[in-house]
Amino acid sequence: MLRVILAEDSVLLRAGLTELLALGGHRVLAAVGDAPALLRAVEAERPDVVVTDVRMPPGLRDEGLRAALALRRADPALPVLVLSQYVATAYATQLFTGGSAAGLGYLLKDRVGEVEEFLDALRRVHAGQTVIDPEVVRVLLAPRPANDPLARLTPREREVLALMAEGLNNQALAARLFVTEASVVKHAGSIFTKLELDPTEGNRRVLAVLAHLRGAGA
Amino acid sequence: MPGSTTPDPAPDPAPPLEPAVAVWRSLRRPLRFLASWWPWRCWAYLGSGFVLGYGVLCALVLLLGLGLLLAVAGIGLVLLAGALAGAVPLGELERRRLRWVEAEPVADPHTSLAGAGAGAWLRTRLRERATWREFGYAVLLGPAFGAAGFGVLALVALSLILVVSPVIVWALAPEPVMLIPGEAVAGPLEALGGTAAGLAGLALAAYAAALITGVQVKTVRLLLGPHEEDARVLELTRSRVRLVEAFEAERRRIERDLHDGAQQQLVALSMTLGLAELELRRAPGADGAAALVRRGREEAKLALAQLRDLVRGMHPQVLTDHGLAAAVAEVALRHPVPVTVDLQVPRLPEPVEVTAYFTVTEALANAAKHSGASRVDVAGGVEGGRLTLTVTDDGRGGADPGAGAGLAGLADRVAMLRGRLTVSSPAGGPTRLRMEVPCSG
Repeated sequence: MLRVILAEDSVLLRAGLTELLALGGHRVLAAVGDAPALLRAVEAERPDVVVTDVRMPPGLRDEGLRAALALRRADPALPVLVLSQYVATAYATQLFTGGSAAGLGYLLKDRVGEVEEFLDALRRVHAGQTVIDPEVVRVLLAPRPANDPLARLTPREREVLALMAEGLNNQALAARLFVTEASVVKHAGSIFTKLELDPTEGNRRVLAVLAHLRGAGA
Repeated sequence: MPGSTTPDPAPDPAPPLEPAVAVWRSLRRPLRFLASWWPWRCWAYLGSGFVLGYGVLCALVLLLGLGLLLAVAGIGLVLLAGALAGAVPLGELERRRLRWVEAEPVADPHTSLAGAGAGAWLRTRLRERATWREFGYAVLLGPAFGAAGFGVLALVALSLILVVSPVIVWALAPEPVMLIPGEAVAGPLEALGGTAAGLAGLALAAYAAALITGVQVKTVRLLLGPHEEDARVLELTRSRVRLVEAFEAERRRIERDLHDGAQQQLVALSMTLGLAELELRRAPGADGAAALVRRGREEAKLALAQLRDLVRGMHPQVLTDHGLAAAVAEVALRHPVPVTVDLQVPRLPEPVEVTAYFTVTEALANAAKHSGASRVDVAGGVEGGRLTLTVTDDGRGGADPGAGAGLAGLADRVAMLRGRLTVSSPAGGPTRLRMEVPCSG
């Protein structure tokens, strides 16, 4: 059971998400409707995970995202899952740039329809993994101009990288692609080589995509 | 009327035209005029105009003379520009001074400024016809109204001396005083004729001052006020700005409504369906229903994706939150043709960002639809307070800037920001779209 604080300005969605989280066996400590209330609630309740929308009052811009960044600055170990209506990689870039990506997640709101996937993402973020929405990853890994290192990847390698970026481990990845774990390891090695990434470095599951996000944010 | 014996009454004579100038209206009752404050106001107006006019004349002679002499050295041009620019505050002063003799104010003919700073002020003002009219007025002020003012003041002074001539004669006695050269006045009583002449002179000075003041009022209205055509152009420009702003506000309102309403409802719907699917999967024998619910969820997801694309086409949130470079990068990521983006721009005023963004998206859409291009380059930067943006594709060219409604609409928006949009697309390519706007918004 996780102790969750939820920030979402739509009353309808706030109620739905609370119900969904309860169904997943979690406890919602507070469900708030704007960014300042989120900051206050986290301060008061010290939750296990924070789930927040990007666009929130008072300004209806990216207040939720800013609040998430502020919370991470105050406590870099606090797991935060950000929900967004937009596929825009600029928000993901903003979230993942300048700090550890461990325990951070960026999901499209549509994903809450896939209840189990959503609850799994919440668990993974709490476990310190990084979760990036498949749709965002797909946009980032689409075929690029020739001078982009990602252009050197084969379609299969791109597929593997996309699933890695979602946070899947080799075993889950092999199952998803109906291949052996050995061939996943082979693909991974090839991807790291082509993207000139050190395979021994930590956080390697999402390293490639994060590198790309950081590149886009520069 | 048939059978009527009375002739049709003559049409009403047009009402006598009221003189448009207050001081001329006051002359209708000449005696009351003399007893009123009007002569004093006119004298003050013309007298101060004489002082001001000759000051302006000296400054003009100095600036223009030195300016023409030094024009070769470059500094002269600065002096000439200074002479022109100086006419603007003078115009403002004269419009205010007019209120001494005229109740109805003359409106400022100048347009609003394109930007902050002295440079923008000078560029805008020197391009306006109003400034040149003000300069014309400055040239006229000294020789015409200054001279007239001097004449009236001199007449007033002479008349005053004549009026008090008995006192002078009395005070200077027994020294002979000559009011008319060669004829000495015997005593104060004989000088009373001079007093009468002086009073007549004062009356004359009052009427003359009223006439000249009226002429100056007319001149000020003509040269320093807004002209009808200026006003019409100004009004058209303003109404165009209002229209585009209203259009933009409406776009954002619809975007917000969709975001806060339909999108959230669909998310909630797909969440509810997701929960239902979960329940049905746990219930024995409900596989068919679970499959149906899953299909419903997929359909909700598709609707959400479509709605998201629609909202983004309306007004991308990322443009508001992160600015032009990020929003263009986002579009580039999604574009079917590979796009390279090299945009080195800070956050710009909102109208500039929005216009630039839609210019890029329109150019990219055209490149994808018609050009057969294999790559597109978007480049841009800010230099000297102007944003320059180019979109170049390696397609077959032949795009007609006049044909596309999209491009024409963009050209209008760019023109509204006092910018320029040019399209070059020779047959065989490449097509190059270039936008340039001042960043002041």
